[in-house]
Amino acid sequence: MSVLAVLEERGGKIGRTSWEALAAALRLGNAESVTAAVIGAQTEALAAEAAAKPVAKVVRVEHALLAKYTADGFSLALEQLVREEKPGYVVFPHTYQVRDYAPALACRMGQVLIGDVVAIEEGPVFVRQLMQGRLIGNYRHSGGGPCFVSLQAGAFRADVLEGPAGSAEIARFEPTIDAGQIRTRPGEPFREAAQTVDLGSAQRIVSVGRGIKEAENLPLVQELAQALGAEIAASRPICDNGWLPMDRQVGSSGQTVAPRLYVAVGISGAIQHLVGMKGSQCIVAINKDADAPIFEVADYGIVGDLFEVVPAVTEAVKAAK
Amino acid sequence: MKIIIAIKQVPERDAPVKIASSGKGIDERDFQWAMNEPDAYALEEALQLKEKSGAGGEVVIVSAGPERVGSTIREALAKGADRAIHIVCDDLGERDALGVARLLAAAIKPENPDLVLTGLQSEDVGQGQTGVIVAELLGLPHATLILHVEKTDAGIRVKRELEEGWFQSIEMPLPAALTIQSGGNKLRYATLMGIKKAKTKELRQVSAAELGVDAAPMVTLEQIAVPKKQRSTQILGGPAKEAAAALVEKLKTEARVL
Repeated sequence: MSVLAVLEERGGKIGRTSWEALAAALRLGNAESVTAAVIGAQTEALAAEAAAKPVAKVVRVEHALLAKYTADGFSLALEQLVREEKPGYVVFPHTYQVRDYAPALACRMGQVLIGDVVAIEEGPVFVRQLMQGRLIGNYRHSGGGPCFVSLQAGAFRADVLEGPAGSAEIARFEPTIDAGQIRTRPGEPFREAAQTVDLGSAQRIVSVGRGIKEAENLPLVQELAQALGAEIAASRPICDNGWLPMDRQVGSSGQTVAPRLYVAVGISGAIQHLVGMKGSQCIVAINKDADAPIFEVADYGIVGDLFEVVPAVTEAVKAAK
Repeated sequence: MKIIIAIKQVPERDAPVKIASSGKGIDERDFQWAMNEPDAYALEEALQLKEKSGAGGEVVIVSAGPERVGSTIREALAKGADRAIHIVCDDLGERDALGVARLLAAAIKPENPDLVLTGLQSEDVGQGQTGVIVAELLGLPHATLILHVEKTDAGIRVKRELEEGWFQSIEMPLPAALTIQSGGNKLRYATLMGIKKAKTKELRQVSAAELGVDAAPMVTLEQIAVPKKQRSTQILGGPAKEAAAALVEKLKTEARVL
């Protein structure tokens, strides 16, 4: 069955998670049945990047009104492309942008996006997480029409796309879009303040989550961080509460880190956090709940009350010096 | 401004999860239930918008689910929402995202709201699609992952979260639909007075059948399982002191990261 992979631009190039989505598309189809789509006002460079991969065809979805991302523009353009190409599957990377428009696009076609997929098994059966990663569910698409799927970052390896550079056919598709159909006016991306902490270059990180309960308890983990010579970081709820500044946040809405040592204290391990730290070389989890998903990615775990365990670890680290 | 908030009742955080004997659902018998946290932020944003705009505004709750959902709706009313619509249905788990959004859209449409808000995703199923599909079904412009909403002369200006610490401002006309990211505001607690008042506020029940929405899903959940481990975790047991000493030893000699 034919597969359409929708690739996303990041800083003038195709983003890494889009290549992973393309790898997933190749799992559903093959180099003869996969078409890659790039979208924008000027897509020549993106199309050239995609055409070097093992795909049958690259479609440049181009229109002046697609220069900036809008949910209306992208939904309109891709709806027309999908109706023309009639793929069996439409595959996306599960980015913030895709989350913004793909459910609406699927809805327009009477379909439902199977979002945030972590694996594709025989069937095809699409695996996604439930209950903040404590469980996984196997989903199957029934009925006719294209099946829309978005793939979580890291679910597929992009290196399967390496090899001799291909030379796929490049086609151009100009959707019909009227300026009046685009109802939102997006502004330029901005940052709140200059990011002061670059957690990405930290060798050791101690990260704290909801389990810490109160801001008053933070010194407990700060002492551990100090003993380890580590930067302190946090999961989203800690920063939402204002207990630590936003630039200390690790996860899909914060920084992505890969230190030699990552100590997760009182973090259950929701997927939004895991995507930001699972590339760490050595992961330690301290959590009272033995079923917390953080233990699925941890190398070492201590199941217990962090208010007892953390001071004990701090002491042991000091003693070992 | 009339604002509708779609709220979901979800199992309380850290509730022990057990798979139902059918293998297709979660055993809900021992659950305590709570308001989906991102939806609580959506409610907070709505209440603040109403307070800023002065008199004449209305905040209406819509929530789908079985009878137990009533407790979460009362909580929203106690925090300051004006009235609520409860879509009574026992098969929420069998509906896909489109099926749920159709229920909500059918209940919202006759209300003709200026703004529809919901949390960016639920904490149980986590599809993160409901708000976007509701917008599409109602023919409204939308934006997701919104931290702040500001009324302008022409409509609204919203602050949208992008990845890796970036944000973006988006302007759009009303009526519109937004999904709210957590952390944009401080959540309020219900006051005693609020809890008292909530008991007298309008809570209208409507059934899925009355809304004319069937449940036939396009995407079905076939099986639920416990995830496989990605790494082999060494669990270090014993009293805290022993476990800590063992951990530090492993980090030094085995992982060599100390």
